[in-house]
Amino acid sequence: MNVEILNCIVNGRSVEVAIDPRESLADTLRERLGLTSVKKGCEVGECGACTVLVDGQAIDSCIYLSLWAQGKKILTVEGLQDDNGELSNIQKAFVEEAAVQCGFCTPGIIMSAVEIVGSGKSYTREELRKLISGHLCRCTGYQNILNAVERAVNEAHKFVGK
Amino acid sequence: MEVGKRLSRVDAPDKVTGRAKYTGDLVPRPHLVAKVLHSTIANGRVKAIRTGKAQAIPGVVKIVTCFDVPDIQFPTPGHPWSVEKAHQDVSDRRLLTDRVRFYGDDIAAVVAEDEISAARALGAIEVDYEEYPVVTDPEVSMTAGGESIHAECPDNVLASMDVRTPMPESDFKTVEEVLDCPSYHQFRGHYQTQQVQHCHIESALSYAYMESGRIVVVSSTQIPHIVRRVIGQALGIPWGDVRVIKPYIGGGFGNKQDVLYEPLNAYLSKAVGGRCVKLELTREEVFQCTRSRHAISFDVAAAVDGDGNLMARSVRALSNQGAYASHGHAIVANAVTAFRQLYQDQLGCHAQARTVYTNLPSPGAMRGYGIPQSNFALESMMEDIARAFDLDPYEFRLQNLMPPGYVDPFNGITCHSTALRECMAKGAQFIGWKALREKYQNQTGPVRRGVGMAVFSYKTGVWPISLETAAARMVLNQDGSVQLQLGATEIGQGGDTVFTQMAAESIGFPADRVHIVSTQDTDTAPFDTGAYASRQTYVTGMAIKDTGALFKSKLLDYAAELLERGAGELDVRNGEIVDAGTGQELLKLHDLAQEAFYSFRHSVHIAAECTHQCKDNTFAFGCCFAEVEVDIPLGRVTVLRVVNVHDSGRLINPQLAEAQVHGGMSMGLGYALSEEMKFDEKGRLLNGNLLDYKLPTAMDHPELTALFVESDDPTGPFGNKALGEPPAIPVAPAVRNAILQATGVAVNTLPLSPQRLVEEFTKAGLIGGKEG
Repeated sequence: MNVEILNCIVNGRSVEVAIDPRESLADTLRERLGLTSVKKGCEVGECGACTVLVDGQAIDSCIYLSLWAQGKKILTVEGLQDDNGELSNIQKAFVEEAAVQCGFCTPGIIMSAVEIVGSGKSYTREELRKLISGHLCRCTGYQNILNAVERAVNEAHKFVGK
Repeated sequence: MEVGKRLSRVDAPDKVTGRAKYTGDLVPRPHLVAKVLHSTIANGRVKAIRTGKAQAIPGVVKIVTCFDVPDIQFPTPGHPWSVEKAHQDVSDRRLLTDRVRFYGDDIAAVVAEDEISAARALGAIEVDYEEYPVVTDPEVSMTAGGESIHAECPDNVLASMDVRTPMPESDFKTVEEVLDCPSYHQFRGHYQTQQVQHCHIESALSYAYMESGRIVVVSSTQIPHIVRRVIGQALGIPWGDVRVIKPYIGGGFGNKQDVLYEPLNAYLSKAVGGRCVKLELTREEVFQCTRSRHAISFDVAAAVDGDGNLMARSVRALSNQGAYASHGHAIVANAVTAFRQLYQDQLGCHAQARTVYTNLPSPGAMRGYGIPQSNFALESMMEDIARAFDLDPYEFRLQNLMPPGYVDPFNGITCHSTALRECMAKGAQFIGWKALREKYQNQTGPVRRGVGMAVFSYKTGVWPISLETAAARMVLNQDGSVQLQLGATEIGQGGDTVFTQMAAESIGFPADRVHIVSTQDTDTAPFDTGAYASRQTYVTGMAIKDTGALFKSKLLDYAAELLERGAGELDVRNGEIVDAGTGQELLKLHDLAQEAFYSFRHSVHIAAECTHQCKDNTFAFGCCFAEVEVDIPLGRVTVLRVVNVHDSGRLINPQLAEAQVHGGMSMGLGYALSEEMKFDEKGRLLNGNLLDYKLPTAMDHPELTALFVESDDPTGPFGNKALGEPPAIPVAPAVRNAILQATGVAVNTLPLSPQRLVEEFTKAGLIGGKEG
C-alpha cells in the first residue's frame, strides 16, 4: 500500500499523519486521529453527518480525499469549546433549544452552523432551511435545529454594528 | 417537582461536543471486518458456492457460507419471549440461508483484515442458483401455488385473524347484514399504504468478541436484553454465555427493535477464535436487508344512519410480510384493532387481517406499529363518508369517537382518560378550521388550497397481548447522590432525561443529584425488554416509581437511626432529610451517605431494586390539522401549516415532548408525500439510498407546531401515557384530506407524490380535461 504524509492543522494543532492516498478525510479524522464526532451515515455525501470545516468551508468529509486537505485548516466539533471547556454559543443553542435527540447528525449540523454564523450575515428562516438542507435528520423534523441555528445567528448579530 | 419541568437533556452536552460514543466509535483496535454476501436473485436456492478465489485474496481471514452454519431457525422480533409455545414468535431465520427468499438474502459472509479485502472477497465468491418465479404481490402469493417461501407455511399465509365485536339485540344478526341494509347510507372504500423505511442516520452495526469464554456483542440496538436471548437461540448456546452492550444509538424508530445482524456477528467472531469482528452495514444494505414499514391494503365498508351515527363497519386488511416473519402478524393485528377501537359502531364491527409472505425485504416494527397504515385508511374513510353524505367531518368524528370508559371487548384495554375532544378543539382553533373550510370551498384554477384533519388513538405498551415488565436499580453514592440503572434504553427520544426526572421526583431529590447510567450492559443492567410500543415512560416509569419509593424508605430508615426519630416522622425533600411535619431540614443527605458508607457503628450500602410487572394499558390520543396548497398541473403539494395536538397524559418534560412530536410529524409528512421503497419485477430495490428515497430535508418541511392537552391518567406512574410513536400517525390522512378539500380528488394510495397526483388529477379531469 502506498503511504503519503498529510500535514494539516486540525482543531488548531499541527498534525502530521501517514495516510492511504485513497482515504477519505472522514476516515483519517475518525480512524487515525480519533475524532469520532465525525459520523458516517451514508459515505456518499447524502446525509451530511460527517461535515467538517476545511479552511472555514463546510464539506462532506466522507467524499473529500484526505490529500486535498494538505496544508489546510480543519475544524471539527471537538475543536469548538474554548480553553476553559466552555461550550460555544452554537453548542449552547443546540442544548437549550432541545435541538439534539439521538445526536448522530448533531456534530455535522453544528459545523454547518459554525459556517453560517461565521458568515456574519443574517438569514431568513427559508434561507436557513436551504443552508442546512445538506443535513438529514430523522428525529427532529429540523424544527428545533432551525430554532437553534437562528438563535446562534441572532446572538452573533447582537455584537455587530454597535 | 422534577416531573413536568423543561429540563435540558442530560445527554446533550456529550452529544454537542462529540464525546457521546456510538457503537462505531468504540470498536477496539485492531479488529477484523465482516461483510455479508447477499443473493442476486429474489427467490430460489443456492446450489453451490465457490470460495476458492475469494479465499486467496490477501487479507481474507475466513469465509463462511450458508452450508457451514448451524441448522438452527430463530425468531428476530423484539418481543418479550413467551414460555408458552403457542405464543412464541415465528422462528424462520437462519444465520445464512441456502433458500433465497428476497433479493439481498444473506448467503455467505467474509471476515477480513480490512474493508477493502472483505469487499474484494465478496466480489470473488461464485454462486450457482436455482431460480423460482418472483412474487411481490401478497394477493398473488396466496394463490399462485408455486414453491412455498417457507416450507412450514405452504400457502404463504403467515397468519390471519377474524374478529367480530359482540352485537347488541337488534334485527341484524351480522355486521354484513347491516352493511347491506338499504335504510342506511352505505360506504365502500379501498386504501393502500406503501413500504417505507426508518432511515435512522446511524447505520445498523455491531462488533463482537470473546471474553472469559463468553461472547460479547456491542450493538446499536433498542433491545439489548432481547438481543442477548436471540443470540443464544441462534447459536444454540446458553443465554448467559452472551453479553450485549448498548451504547448511544443514532436512531432506531423500530428497525433496531429487531435482532438484525448481531447473531451472525457473534457467530463470525466465534468462527475466528473470538477475535473482535465488526459488522457494519452500508446504507444500501440498511435499506435492502433490514426492516421497514409494512405495505398494507385495506378494504373497508361502513353503514351510517341519517343522524351520522356509525352503525357498523368492516375492514379487511392484507399485509405484505416480505420474506421473513420478523414482527409478522402482530403489526396488522394491531392495525385493525386500532381501526375498530377509535370509533364506536352502534351495532358492530368485523375486522379481518391476513399476513402473507412474498419475495420482498421483510418489514418489521416501525414507529406506530401498523397504526399509521390503518389510520390512513380509517381517517380517509371517515372523510369520504362525511363528504358522500354531507356531514361535517369534524362533527361526524366527534359524534362517533371512543367514549371515556370504553373497554375493548377482546383485550380489555380501557379508556382510563381522554382529552381527545379538547385536542380536536385546540387544533381546530389553531388552524382556524371553520373559517378555512368555508374559505376553501368551491375553488377553481390550477393552484388551490385546502384544510384537512385526522384523529387517532394509540395504546401504551403491549399488555395484555404480551408481557410488560421492567426493573430499575438505585444506588446511593458517597456524596448523597444516586445512580440510576435501567434496562430501558435511550434511543434519542429523551428517555434518560425523563427517567432522571422520574427518579428525582420519586425520591425527593433535585434532578442534578440523579446520575443515570446510559449504557445498558446485560451483565449489569436490570432487566427491561427495551424501547418500543411507547412503553418505557409508562412501564419503566412504574419501576422507577416503585424503586424510588423503596430507596427513599431505606434512606429514611437510616436517617431515623442517626436522628433517633421514627422513620415516619421524616421525609426527603429537595435532596435533604427533613421533618415531615414542619419541613425543617434535619440532616444533609451528604452526611447521611458518608455515615452509611464509612460508619464504624453501622455501615450499609443503600441501594434499591424493583421489578414492576405492568398489567394495565391506557389509550393516548391526538389529532393533526393540515393546511395545504396544491399546484394541480405539477401535482405538487406544499404543506402551509400543520399542527399536532396530543393527549399523552401528564408530560414529564414538555420541551422534549414537543421535540418528540416534531420528529413524528416529520416522519408523517415523508410518509404522506414522498417516501416509498420502489421495487422492480425481480424484487430489486430501486431507490435504496437516502437521495433517491427522498427523505425529506429541511426545505421540504413547514414550521411544525406541537400542542398538548394534558389529561391525568390514573394508571400512568405520573399520569403519563404513550408519546413516542403517536405523532407519526395522523399526519398522512390529514394531508390527504386537505388535498381532497382543495381539489375534490380523493387519493387513496400513499405516498401523495407528484407522479401519483398527476395521474389522479388527470383521471378526475383536472388535468387535460375541461378544467385543465
